[in-house]
This record gives sequence, C-alpha cells and structure tokens, in this order.
Amino acid sequence: MNPITGTPAAVTATRPETAPPAPTRAETPQPVLELRGAAARVGGRTLWSGVDLTVRAGEFVAVLGPNGVGKSTMVKVLLGVLPAAAGEVRVLGGQPGQSAGARIGYLPQRRSFDPSLRIRGLDVVRLGLDGDRWGVPLPFGAARRRDRERVAEAVDLVGAGAYAHRPIGQCSGGEQQRLLIAQALVRRPEVLLLDEPLDSLDLPNQSAVAALIGRICHQQGVAVVMVAHDVNPILHHLDRVVYLAEGGAVAGTPAEVITSETLTRLYRSPVEVLRTADGRLVVVGQPEAPSTHGGHHAAV
Amino acid sequence: MTELAVSAWGQPFFHNAVLAGTFIALAAGLVGYFLVLRAQIFTGDALSHVAFTGAMAALAGGYDLRLGLFVGCVAAGLLLAGIGRSGRADDVVIGSAFAWILGLGSFFLTLYTTSRSGAMGGAGTTVLFGSIFGLSTGQTLVAVLVAVAISAVVLLIARPLLFATVDESVAAARGVPVRVLGFGFLALVGACAGEATQAVGSLLLLGLLAAPAGAAIRLTDRPFRALALSGGLAVAELWAGLAASALIPSLPPSFAIMAAATAVYGATFLIRPQRAPLGTASPAAG
Amino acid sequence: MPQSDGPTAFSWNLLADFQQMWSYPFMVNAFRAGAVVAVVAGAVGWFMVLRRQTFAGHTLSMVAFPGAAFATLVGMSLSLGYFGFCVAAALAIAGLRRDGQPGGAGESAATGVVQAFLLACGYLFMALYKGLLEGPQALLFGSFLGITGDQVLILAAVAIAVLAVLAVMGRQLLFASVDPQVAAGRGVRVRLLSTLFLVLLGAATAEAAQITGALLVFALMVLPAATAQQLTARPGRSLLLSVAIGLAVTWLGLLAAFYWPYPLGFFVSTFAFAAFLAAHAARALAGVRARQGRPALLGGAA
Repeated sequence: MNPITGTPAAVTATRPETAPPAPTRAETPQPVLELRGAAARVGGRTLWSGVDLTVRAGEFVAVLGPNGVGKSTMVKVLLGVLPAAAGEVRVLGGQPGQSAGARIGYLPQRRSFDPSLRIRGLDVVRLGLDGDRWGVPLPFGAARRRDRERVAEAVDLVGAGAYAHRPIGQCSGGEQQRLLIAQALVRRPEVLLLDEPLDSLDLPNQSAVAALIGRICHQQGVAVVMVAHDVNPILHHLDRVVYLAEGGAVAGTPAEVITSETLTRLYRSPVEVLRTADGRLVVVGQPEAPSTHGGHHAAV
Repeated sequence: MTELAVSAWGQPFFHNAVLAGTFIALAAGLVGYFLVLRAQIFTGDALSHVAFTGAMAALAGGYDLRLGLFVGCVAAGLLLAGIGRSGRADDVVIGSAFAWILGLGSFFLTLYTTSRSGAMGGAGTTVLFGSIFGLSTGQTLVAVLVAVAISAVVLLIARPLLFATVDESVAAARGVPVRVLGFGFLALVGACAGEATQAVGSLLLLGLLAAPAGAAIRLTDRPFRALALSGGLAVAELWAGLAASALIPSLPPSFAIMAAATAVYGATFLIRPQRAPLGTASPAAG
Repeated sequence: MPQSDGPTAFSWNLLADFQQMWSYPFMVNAFRAGAVVAVVAGAVGWFMVLRRQTFAGHTLSMVAFPGAAFATLVGMSLSLGYFGFCVAAALAIAGLRRDGQPGGAGESAATGVVQAFLLACGYLFMALYKGLLEGPQALLFGSFLGITGDQVLILAAVAIAVLAVLAVMGRQLLFASVDPQVAAGRGVRVRLLSTLFLVLLGAATAEAAQITGALLVFALMVLPAATAQQLTARPGRSLLLSVAIGLAVTWLGLLAAFYWPYPLGFFVSTFAFAAFLAAHAARALAGVRARQGRPALLGGAA
C-alpha cells in the first residue's frame, strides 16, 4: 500500500534533486531543526524567547500554548518568512528560508475551499509538486508520467484515493485536510510544518488525521512540527512538545513539560494539569495572552 | 441570401474579422478562465464601463480610440487590484462609481459627436456594441499582435497563477510572487478588455470573458484542460457568430457571437457534470 | 437637442429661465415624470440598498434596455416594454433564487453571461429597427425629449401602486430585511415579501430607466439611498431624505440637460455621485473631529 516505505531503493533512485544522501536519515537521525535561544518579535512585542529545541528526522513535535502567544509565528520563523529576533535558528543545516520549497512541506492554518470551486483534489495536490513553475504542464512526455506517479503516491499515502477525483470544494473538511496533507507531502519533504491541522475537524476525524500524521512521521522518517490547540488527539504520537508563554518557552517530552510544576513555573501563576480517567490532559488556570480577548481555551 | 453570404465570405473585411476575432477570442477565453476561477467577474463588469469612457475620452480628445481603451482598462485593472487587496470597498460604492464613469462616457460621446461632423454619430454604438466587420488591415494586425502577446503571457503565468488562486498561502510560502501575479493578472484583464471591445463592444465583453470560461469550468474539473477548453470554445463561438452574421446580414455580429456563447453556456446546464463514481476511482488515472 | 428648439441660452435670471423652460410642454412633462420617478426610485432603492440587493437591481436595469428596444421594434408603447420586461425578469429572478442563495464563481459567471446576452438582445432589436436616428444612446443614457402626457400618467399610476404596496408592507419588509430569521420566527412571510419586493424593484427600475437610461439606473436607485444612509441611521428620516435627494438630483439634472447638450443620465449620475461623495466626506470629517475631540477632553480632565 505504501510505495515509499515498501521500496526504499526505488525512492532514492527517483530522488536525484535532493542534495544530502537520504538513506542515512532513518538510521542515525541528524538534527533537521535547531533553535538556540530563539526569540520572535512582531510589531515591537516579544512573543516568545529562549526557545531551545532540536528536532531530528522522524520526530513528532507539538507547539502548544494559549491563543495569541505566537504559535503560528514559530512556523513562520522556521519557514524563513519572519527572521528570528534573537538566537540561532538552523533548518536542514542552513538558514531558514534557504532550502525552503522542495525539502519543507507546509500546511497553513485551516483553509476552506469555496464549495463551487471546480478543481479536483488531485490537481490541488499536483500544484504542491510543480505549482511554482512557470508555463503550463505539457500533456505528454516522461516527466508527466513521473509527476502523475508522485501525485498518486502522495494521495495513496493519506488514503485519499476514493475522493481525489472529486472537485475539492465538494469534499468534506476531513477529506480536504487529507488532500492538503498530501499536497504538503508530494515533494517528499524532510520537514513537515503543520499549523493547526486538526482545527475545525470533528473528533473521529481529528484522531484519524493525527494518526495519519504520526504514521507518516515515524514510518517515513519525516520530522513533523505541528502547532496544536489541543494536545489530546496527538498525545500518543508525540515525541516532544514546546510550550510557549509570553516571554518564555519550555521544551521536552510531554511527560516532562505538561505537568503542574513546569507550567506553573513557566506562566508564573498557578496552573494545574489534571489527567482524566481516559488519559486526557486538562490544563486549568493557564493565562490567556494579553492581546487576545475572549479567546476560549478550556483544554490544552 | 446565398449571394450575400458568398459575397461576405470573399470580402477583405470578413477576413480581417475572422483573423482578429480568432486571436481576440483566444485571449478572452484564456483570461476569462482565471477571471471566473478567481471570482473576479465583477472586475470584468467594471472594466466594461471604463472601456467605453476611455475610448470616448480619447475620441473627444482627438486621439486614437484604442489608446484610450488600453490605457483606461489597464489603469482601471491595476486600480481595482489595489482596492481589492487593501480596502475591500463596498459593492455599493464601486458600483455607483462605475455607473458614474459610464455617465461620464456618455458626456464624452456627446462632446465628440457635437464637435465633429454629423457622420460620427455611430461612434458610440461602435464602442458600446463593437463593429468587428469595420476593422482595417492595420487595426487587425495590431489586434492580433496584442492578443497573441496576452495569450502568451497567460500561458506563461498559468501554473503559478492557478496555485496562487487555489491555495494562496502555500503558494506564497513556496516563493510564488502572489501579489505581483494578482496585479499582473488584472493588468492582463484590462488589456484583454480593450481587445474584446474591438470585437463585441464594451457592453458585451463581459459575456465573451465569462461565457466560454463558465462553460469550460462546468464541463471539466481539470484546470489545464478547462483552460484549453475555454480558449477553444471562445474561438469556436466567435467563428459560429461570424458565420451566422455573414449568412443573415441583418444579424449584427456582436449579437450572433453573444448568442452562440450564451447557447453553449446554457447547454452545459443540461449536461450533468461528470463525476468519478465513489470508491472505484484510482488516483493514478489522472 | 433643445438648443435648436429656440432661444434657450442659460442666463442667471433664474425666474426667467424657469418660465422659459416651463413654456415647453415636453419640459413640463419631463419635470412631472422626473418627480414621480425620483420618489419611487428613492423609496424602493432605499430598501434595495438596505437589503443589499444592488446586484439584482443592476441585472433588472440591463433588462430595461432590450425591453425598450423590443417595444420600439414591434411598435408598442415604450412603457409597456419597460414594465413588461422588468417585472417578468424580477419574477424570473425570484423563481431562480428559490434553489438557494447565490454566490460563488459559477453563479457570478452566469450573471455576467445573462447581462451581456440581454444587452446583446437589445442591440439586435435596435439593429433590426432601421428607422432609428439617434442610435441606442437615448435608451442607454437617458433623454427627456418626447415624454408624453400619457407616459407621465402611466408612470404616476405605477408609482402610486408601487408606493401603496410598499406602504402596506413597509414595516414588515424592514423587519425582514434587517433580521430575516427573527422576522420569520415572528410569523412574517419572508419569502413572499422577498418576491413582492423584487416585483416592486422591477417596476421601479423600469421607471428609473426612462429618466436616466438603462445603464445609469444606479444614479437614482442606489446613490440617493446610499447617501441618505450615510447621513442618518433613523429609518424613517433616511427614507424621506433618500426621496428628497432623488428629487433634487433629478430636477437639477433636467435643468442642466435643458441648457447643455449632454445626456440627462450624465447630469443625474454626476449630481447624485457628487452628493454621495459629499456625504462620505462629511461623515469622515465628523469622525476625525470626534477622534480629535476626545483626547482633548481627556487631557482637560486630567
């Protein structure tokens, strides 16, 4: 079912454009993302600072924190859209933004497609492959077949084969999100940056998409950084979490970070982490960021 | 009737009309596809008003009609691109402003017709409803060159423009110059409006932009196939219209072209859009 | 053009000018027709702007042109062409809307195609009617020449009917326009009102098109109402203001069109647009003053 894991040799053979040798990344994970004392400022206000984080291939990291604390800004810093205000940020061994495109897959915050948009899901995935090239794709040739196989492979990987031929506007929210993940994956990136991919999905879809991302991360050896509103759907798949607070941050395994002591220290006000009978975590007393009002945030 | 048709086929004005019309329709079909996909039909409507006023202002000022047409339309396209991004001005404001611009066009029309000899009275009708049979050889050449240039640019930017239209934030993250493309596209729409005015007139150019593209989008979900279909349909509809008005001399070509375009668009509502049956579709078949 | 009709040079002796103008029966008719149309368009247009149905109004005005052109072609009365086509189109729009709310790329393409086709039909009718001297300009951009006493009577009769219906359903229509869901919950028949209003809109558009021309209907239908809604938030006052602005703009336009050889629609749309811009500027200025005034007050208190 899965052509990438099924035939690793074939994958490396059809991957001439990737600069570093790919096979090493499964066995001896190199740091693909490194942040040392990184900070972000937007409009003169420091959102977060002192972030120390190392992400290796095949690791699943969640970025957590209250509304308005700058979780999406973290993704922008990693993409190189916004420069870090302090510290060092290295992405795939270089400056952020240098090697963007082919080696980083990016899924922005929830986009919804107009129901009347008559473009197939396949074409949206395909745009992730070559949408930034000028001209029109030629309707013949070897390149066309190779591109089609790549698109089919990505669609298979997310299990979207059944509806990839429908206009994307007529797909459900969960189906659209899977197709967009396929779009982010179609260039076989080494890093996947996901901004609230579970937002506005219903509960069964949340856990299904979370499981899909976890599977891609661990089986394909893709490093995943995911901004999340609620840690519970992804808790079982996570390797590390980064908790952002105004002015500070703390990173580590979920068991280390999501505790009453750590979060109380981070927010400098009493925060209590409760574990429900079914293993869900509930954070009580977490302060809202000062710039947002009325943003409601009951569970982590 | 038959003699008339035979005579029309052989006339140089008819050859000019077919030559210029083919390329103008091709450009309009290609531009129109993205116009419909980006839901900017309203822009086309606004440009049709500006086309009339621009052409009339140029005539009243003693310049070539096409100068006013292109300058007015491209400038208005860029202006709308600017407004559309930042202000998101109210529909009522834009609609009213363009109604007034049309009124201004009627002012220039009267200024022009009263300051020249009475023989110029048809200028307003020419610009409003087009006179494709009135193109001279020189005008045809310019129209063909501009239309070819517009089509070439649309094909060049087609893929990034599609990316930016469907999925703006990812396209921007991937280094597609989304904003520049937006401006460039509306400038192209402006140039295309100037071209289409020469064929079907400023009031009807919206139909030439919207009808083939709307039909193509209803017929296929594949973007590049739809783009090609839109251009092809526009050319075919123009040919059908020209042939009809050559056969029936009392039928104005602009009306015949619009009738063909509307008929094709209407016919697509009779065909249910094809959809792959659920579960059996294979993604590799794309 | 009226300049050739007699000694109609504009002097600054306004009374003499007015008497001179009044001596032409067609001018008297034009002023009467203008008044009737301005009142209807101002009132119906006010509800149209409130209900954000300017797009429907735009489409209906495009129907006015083929309506009038068809009437010219087959030799029936212009009024019948205007009203028949516009009301039929209003019923068609109401019927089509039942399927669901308009919106999206496909819908807007359909609207564009329909509008262009309607204008093309109007052009066909004009081209088939060979005896035309002035071309389609009078129908598109408005003219006050040749308005007959009968036409004024028809305009007035339709206007009275429209205003009567509007008066009967006005309060419910306001409720349904502002808050359709609550209104439906309170037993207001929202759909019936919506259909009825579209028919009124068709009739009002047909009236306005006879003064401003089919292309410039916005000048009387939208601009006075939008100007009035800028100036006051009270429904009753704003409705009256809309009618008053429409009346002033139309009569000023007629006055100007009598003395200068440019189309009536140009003058009416220019005056209406100027009033609209002035209202916008006045409100922006008031806003700036209010913002500047507040810190000064706070500073005085501290």
